[in-house]
Amino acid sequence: MKFSRKNLGIPYFLFLILFVVLPLIVLFYYAFTNGQGQFTMGNLTGFFTDPNALGTLLYSFAIAAVTTGVCLLLAYPTAYFLATSTIKAKSVIVMIFVMPMWINFSLRITALKEILTLIEGNLSMYPFLNAVIGMTYDFLPFMILPIYTTISRLDGALREAAMDLGANERKTFLTVTLPLSVQGIISGISMVFLPAMTNYVVLDMLNNSTYIMGSLIGSYFAAYNWNGGSMIALILLGIICLFTLLTGSGDEESQRGGALL
Amino acid sequence: MESTNIIELKHVTRSFEDGFNAVTDFNLEVKRGEFVTFLGPSGCGKTTTLRMIAGFDLPTSGEILLNGRSITDLPPYKRPINTVFQRYALFPHMNIYDNIAYGLKQKKTPKDQIDKKVKKVLALVDLEGFEKRNISTLSGGQQQRIAIARALVNEPEILLLDEPLGALDLKMRQEMQYELKDMHKKLGITFIYVTHDQEEALTMSDKIVVMNEGKVQQIGTPEDIYNEPKNAFVADFIGESNIFSGIMTGKLKVRFGGGEYVCVDDVAQGTHITAVVRPEDIEITTPDKGIVTGTVTGVIFKGMHYEISVQVGRTEYMIQTVKNAVVGSRVGLRVEPDGIHIMVAEDHTNIFNAEINKNYRLEFNGTEIETSVTKIIKGSRRLEDGTLVDAHGDTIDLDRTRIQISIDPGDIEMTDEQDVGLVQGNISNLIYLGDRYSYVVQTDLEQDFIVYDEDLWNMGDRVSLVIPLEKMKFSYIRKK
Repeated sequence: MKFSRKNLGIPYFLFLILFVVLPLIVLFYYAFTNGQGQFTMGNLTGFFTDPNALGTLLYSFAIAAVTTGVCLLLAYPTAYFLATSTIKAKSVIVMIFVMPMWINFSLRITALKEILTLIEGNLSMYPFLNAVIGMTYDFLPFMILPIYTTISRLDGALREAAMDLGANERKTFLTVTLPLSVQGIISGISMVFLPAMTNYVVLDMLNNSTYIMGSLIGSYFAAYNWNGGSMIALILLGIICLFTLLTGSGDEESQRGGALL
Repeated sequence: MESTNIIELKHVTRSFEDGFNAVTDFNLEVKRGEFVTFLGPSGCGKTTTLRMIAGFDLPTSGEILLNGRSITDLPPYKRPINTVFQRYALFPHMNIYDNIAYGLKQKKTPKDQIDKKVKKVLALVDLEGFEKRNISTLSGGQQQRIAIARALVNEPEILLLDEPLGALDLKMRQEMQYELKDMHKKLGITFIYVTHDQEEALTMSDKIVVMNEGKVQQIGTPEDIYNEPKNAFVADFIGESNIFSGIMTGKLKVRFGGGEYVCVDDVAQGTHITAVVRPEDIEITTPDKGIVTGTVTGVIFKGMHYEISVQVGRTEYMIQTVKNAVVGSRVGLRVEPDGIHIMVAEDHTNIFNAEINKNYRLEFNGTEIETSVTKIIKGSRRLEDGTLVDAHGDTIDLDRTRIQISIDPGDIEMTDEQDVGLVQGNISNLIYLGDRYSYVVQTDLEQDFIVYDEDLWNMGDRVSLVIPLEKMKFSYIRKK
């Protein structure tokens, strides 16, 4: 058999089949069957009629939304000033923001837990707040980086053009810089919002016993209810797909704009 | 008349923290409705000057006056000046209408007026009906027109154009040159145009400002600049030219390039001059009819003409003519008096470069000069580990630092004793100035020194030049 470059794709193809396609099929199978292996929509209707599950979904949503909002508020000004300033140590400062990502996750959260305990005394008094603080700490770099990259790629002449045409600094920001950095904001949000909905480890470590989506799925599997767990995982997958579809169109738009520069 | 000047730049200087001067003592007056071009090689400071007029950059010192009032520190959005950017800088997230209307919206112009003005300006740039189109659907030339329209719609007092045609292909560029010139005539707005393309500058401008190394070299009409270049840089940059150094030998008589010519510039006998001769002003004749004779060393056919190089003694002449010549043949060359442009060097100060050696001592021609580098570079000092730092504490990179030494011709002494002086050479030219002789000494370093001496030496004499340390003036240049 002659060797062709296509053969190089075989290992990845196998990987794809084994670890992506097959598990998905299994997931679908379990989601739409009951314990006896018969087809059922019961898991789906069960989720939406279970007040506990719906409450968890809402709670996860709330944590993710607040975390994303706080991250955005902290990250945008930081990224903006970093990208537009002329200081020499710029790359060093960006590095400092990114560096926590290189330190073991559980170590960071444990340290945070100690600090919060010192301040609050009893962590269980502010479970929601602690969860948001922990997740913001964990996800902030994922918000800063895409926004920083988008703004630094902006042609400086565009800002100058706006000022040249009579817009002051505030107007220039609102009409040129902000609209042109939307792409960075969207990728920042998608990198923070979805993980924040499922990352129960932060909650666990900060003594927050409320379930979020991640822990809910875990609890189903722990109770050997594979069918119900699979359905919730599938619902989450659906939400992610929906989100990507919604932001995808905007993404394409700004990429075309970016190519023009 | 003071009042007709729309913009004036007075002693404008822009220097950077590291001591690099992007623009030095720039003076310019522009009259209302003029088409002025800043011309120079890249890095000559022309764009920096334009940016200071627009307000994107502030002068370190000096003043910019608009209609007699200082706008030096005004932010760009408060100046009645608009810019066409080098790469257009159109807003990619807006359609053409919104791009053009951007400036008018900032001024809170009523919607119906904006509509009218946008329509009008689109007609002016020949893009009627393009309002709803997306920027990315336009060709380079069309984007260029939109950029011009976006600036013009605000009816600025001055339109700044920063190499606006640089990104276009040759044919597009020529077309746009005519269109811009047309627009300028039609609108009567003052244009300030930046380019490194001399042809573009000559075609379009009323007035050209030639710049080099941050300094104005010459300001004048295209004809002035082409026909009467003020110095060798301008002559060389604008069109092709033969540049010779020579000496005035009598009334309207000049010696350069191996021959004695009659010229029209009345310069005192004995003056050291630079002569510029355009290649099309040299005529090739038979050897007996020429002022100088030489051998043809090369012929290149250029379509409209031949480019012929002729070696006369040690000098090479470059000639453009419609007549062909044979390589290797002997020819005579002549130049009509009005084809020779004489430029008098303002002073004959000798300038030479010294190196900084490993011991942080100045070195010239292998001899150490007894002075310390820290004395020459103001505020500099040596750190303990030996590195040299400037007043701000930044390391001075010796590879990027040049020390220039200047010395007056009267301060140099000539001697027979070869190893006494700093540099040795042969006398290649001399002239009596009434009370002393002026000599040109061609040194072994291939650099000419001008020396005044009361004693008479002979042509070709081998001399050594003694340059006293206390008469040397030092300056240093840091390259970016």
